[in-house]
Amino acid sequence: MNPHVLDQFLFIALPYVSLFTFLLMTIYRYRQQSFSFSSLSSQFLENKQHFWTVVPFHYGILAVTVGHLIAFLIPRSILAWNSHPLRLYVLEVSALACGLLTLIGLIGLMLRRGTTTRIRKVTSLNDWILFTMLLIQVVSGVGIALFHPWGSSWFASNLSPYLWSIFKLNPDISYVTAMPHLVKLHIVLAFLTIGFFPFTRLVHLLVIPNPYLWRKTQVVRWYGHPQK
Amino acid sequence: MQVRSQVSMVFHLDKCIGCHTCSVACKNVWTDRKGAEYMWWNNVETKPGTGYPTKWEDQEKYQGGFETNGDGKLHIKSTSKTKVVPNIFHHPNMPSMDDYYEPWTYDYQNLFNAPEGSDQPTAEPISMIDGEKIDVQSGPNWDDDLGGSPIYAENDPNLEGLTEQQRLQLSSVERLVFFYLPRICNHCLNPCCVASCPSGALYKRGEDGIVLIDQKKCRAWRSCVSACPYKKTYFNWFTGKSEKCILCFPRLETGQAPACFHSCVGRIRYLGVLLYDAEKMEEVAKLPDDELVEGQRSMILDPFDPEVIAEAKKNGISDGVIEAAQDSPVYQFVMKWKIALPPHIEYRTLPMLFYVPPMSPVQASKPEDTITHNSDNLFHDIDDSRVPMKFLANLFGAGHEGPVRYALAKQKAVRWHRRAETVGDIDRETADRMLREANCTREEAEEIYKLTALCTFEDRFVIPPMHREQAIEMMKEPHEHREEVGFGFVGGPRRGL
Ligand code: HEM
Ligand code: SF4
Ligand code: SF4
Repeated sequence: MNPHVLDQFLFIALPYVSLFTFLLMTIYRYRQQSFSFSSLSSQFLENKQHFWTVVPFHYGILAVTVGHLIAFLIPRSILAWNSHPLRLYVLEVSALACGLLTLIGLIGLMLRRGTTTRIRKVTSLNDWILFTMLLIQVVSGVGIALFHPWGSSWFASNLSPYLWSIFKLNPDISYVTAMPHLVKLHIVLAFLTIGFFPFTRLVHLLVIPNPYLWRKTQVVRWYGHPQK
Repeated sequence: MQVRSQVSMVFHLDKCIGCHTCSVACKNVWTDRKGAEYMWWNNVETKPGTGYPTKWEDQEKYQGGFETNGDGKLHIKSTSKTKVVPNIFHHPNMPSMDDYYEPWTYDYQNLFNAPEGSDQPTAEPISMIDGEKIDVQSGPNWDDDLGGSPIYAENDPNLEGLTEQQRLQLSSVERLVFFYLPRICNHCLNPCCVASCPSGALYKRGEDGIVLIDQKKCRAWRSCVSACPYKKTYFNWFTGKSEKCILCFPRLETGQAPACFHSCVGRIRYLGVLLYDAEKMEEVAKLPDDELVEGQRSMILDPFDPEVIAEAKKNGISDGVIEAAQDSPVYQFVMKWKIALPPHIEYRTLPMLFYVPPMSPVQASKPEDTITHNSDNLFHDIDDSRVPMKFLANLFGAGHEGPVRYALAKQKAVRWHRRAETVGDIDRETADRMLREANCTREEAEEIYKLTALCTFEDRFVIPPMHREQAIEMMKEPHEHREEVGFGFVGGPRRGL
C-alpha cells in the first residue's frame, strides 16, 4: 500500500473511528447496561498476590496516564519545565520508573490471572485481548523511553499539536509521519485501546468515585417525598 | 427532635434450636445464584465459636465499624476518608473467600456415567467456583454444635477477659455448653457499610430504615465488606457487585414477614417498628462503651407520647406506622422490659436487631449449687452460669455485665413466677421477692411470658403499612406507573465484559 494512504488510515481514519466508537458505545453501555459498570475486583477470590500486582500496576499506570494528559493539555509548561536539563532528567527518569512499575504490575496481573484457577474462571476473552494490548502498549512505551529519549519534550512539541489537530477536526499528520516506528506503534495501539475501551472492564475508569470525599456520611433515600 | 421510623427486630436466643431453617429459607429465596453460593445473608452460629466468616468479631483483624479517636469525631476504622485512595485498589483488611469457605457441590453425574468397575461410583465434592475436585476444608457452619472446639470455640473473640477457669468451664467434659446465634444484617441506625461506600451505592430507606445496595451504582470498590463489623455485606465474585440482606422488603411491602422470620421453627423472631430521634444519632454513636446500650435506648421514642406523635406526623410518618409502632413487640422487649440487647454495640453502628440473651442451661457451674434454692442470692445460678456472664457481656453489653445481668435476672424471675403459678414447687413469696429484685411486676411478668411462650404470628410480626401506592399516587398516575415499571433490569443484570 502507498505509505501515504497507510498513514492517513492509521492517523486520521483510525483515531476518528476509535473516538466515535468510544463515545457512542460508552454512552450506550452506560444507558443500557449500567449494571455492568464495575471494577470486577478479584481480591475476594485471591488476596495475596493481589496487593503486589494490582497496586503497583495502578500507581504506575495512573502516573503515566496523568503525565500524558498533562503533556497533551498544557504542552508549554512541560517545555518550560524541561528547559533546565536537570529538571528534564528528573522528569524522564520518573516517567521511566513509573513505566517500569506499570510493566512489573501488569506482568504480575497476567501471571496471576493465568495461574490461579479461581481467577481464570472470572477472566474473559476480552480480558486477555485487553491485557495483551496493554502489555504491548506498556512495553513499547518503556522502549520509547529507553531508545528515543526526551520524549517529554518531543511529545509536548510534536505529538500534542497532532492530537489537538484531531480534536479540532482538522487533522495534521505531518508531525507523526516522521516519527520512528516504535512511536507510531504506540500511537496506533493507543487509539485501538480507546476504541476497544467500552467493550472491556476499563469502563471502571469512568465511574471512579468522586462524591465520597464531600458527601454526608450517611445516605438516606426517600420514596416519593423528599427528605424531611 | 427528628422522628424517623425503623423496622426493627428481636431474636429470643433462649428459643433458638439451631435448626438452620431460617438460613435455608433465605438461601432458597435470595442467594441460590452464581457468585452468591457462599453467601448466607442469614446464618446461625454456635457460640462459643468463631462464626462466619471465621472470627468476624476480631476487629483487630478486620477493622470493621467506627472508632472515636480523641478528636471528637467518628471514624470508619477500615477506610476513613484519608485511606480511601490507597484502599480502593487493595483493601488490606477485607476477608477473602478462604475466610468464608469455598462453596462446593457433588459430582452426581458420576453416579450415572461412571464406567463399570469393581467399586461403587461415588459423587465426589467439586468446587462451585472452578469446577475442580475439592478437598473440603470448611463450610459455613463447620463448628456447628461445637464441632472442632479446640480450633473454633477456643478462639472465640468473646472469650477476651475471661479467666482461665471460666474458659475451662465452657469446655469441660460432660458439661459442655453452647448456644446459637442467628445473624442477619442489623439494618443499623448508623450503618458503617453505607458510610464507607465511595460510590454512595448503599443507602438507608428513609421510611423504614432498611439498608440496601443499589446494584446499578455499586462498582466493586468493596469498602462496605471491610467496613461492616458484622460482615453482613458480601461480595458477589461473579457479578462484581456487593450484596446484602434486604430484610425481604418485597415481602414486607406486601405485608408478609421476611422469609427467615416466617419460617423460624423456634419462633424466636419478632419484628416491629421503632420510632427514633435521628438528631441524636451522632452524639450517641460517640458515647463511651459503657453508656452505649443506654444511649441507644435514649434515642428510641415512646410511640404513645403525644409530642412524639405530633412530631412523627410532621415528618410524614403515617398513622398506620405510628399505630404499628404502638403495637410493636420490639418496643416491649427493648424499651419496656429492657431484656433485649444490641449485639456488639461497641462497633458503634447502632444495630437495630436486638437479642434476648440466653439463660439455658439453667444449671449452674458448681454442681452442689444446682438444685438448692435456699441460697440467699436467688440469682446465684445466673451469676455462676455455665455460660459466663462476661462472655455474654462481651457479646451484648460492650463488655459490661450490667444490662446483661438485668435481662437474665428478669427472665429468671418470670420463669419462677410462672412456676409459682402453675407448678407450685416455688412459693409465691419467693417468686414475688425475685420479681421485685429483678425490677419486674406480676403484670409485666405475665406479659413477658405471653409474648415469649404463647405468641401468635400476629403478635410476633407487626408489619407497618408501607404505603408504596400512596407514594406513587403523589407523583404520577398509578396506571401509567404500572405500565412503566416491571421487575429487574432492561437487558438483565449481566456481568461486565
Ligand atoms: C483512579 C483510577 C482507577 C481506579 C480507582 C481503579 C480501580 C480499580 C480496581 C478497584 C480494580 C479491581 C482490582 C481488583 O480488586 O481485582 C481495577 C482493576 C483494573 N484496572 Fe483500574 N482503576 C483506575 C484506573 C485504571 C487505569 C488508568 C487503567 C489502565 C488503563 C486501569 C486498568 C485496570 C485493569 C486492567 C484492571 C484489572 C486488573 C486485574 O484484576 O487483573 N485502571 N481498577
Ligand atoms: S449490619 Fe453491617 S451491613 Fe447491616 S446495616 Fe449494619 S453495618 Fe450495614
Ligand atoms: S429457624 Fe429459628 S430456631 Fe431455627 S436456627 Fe433459625 S432462628 Fe434458630
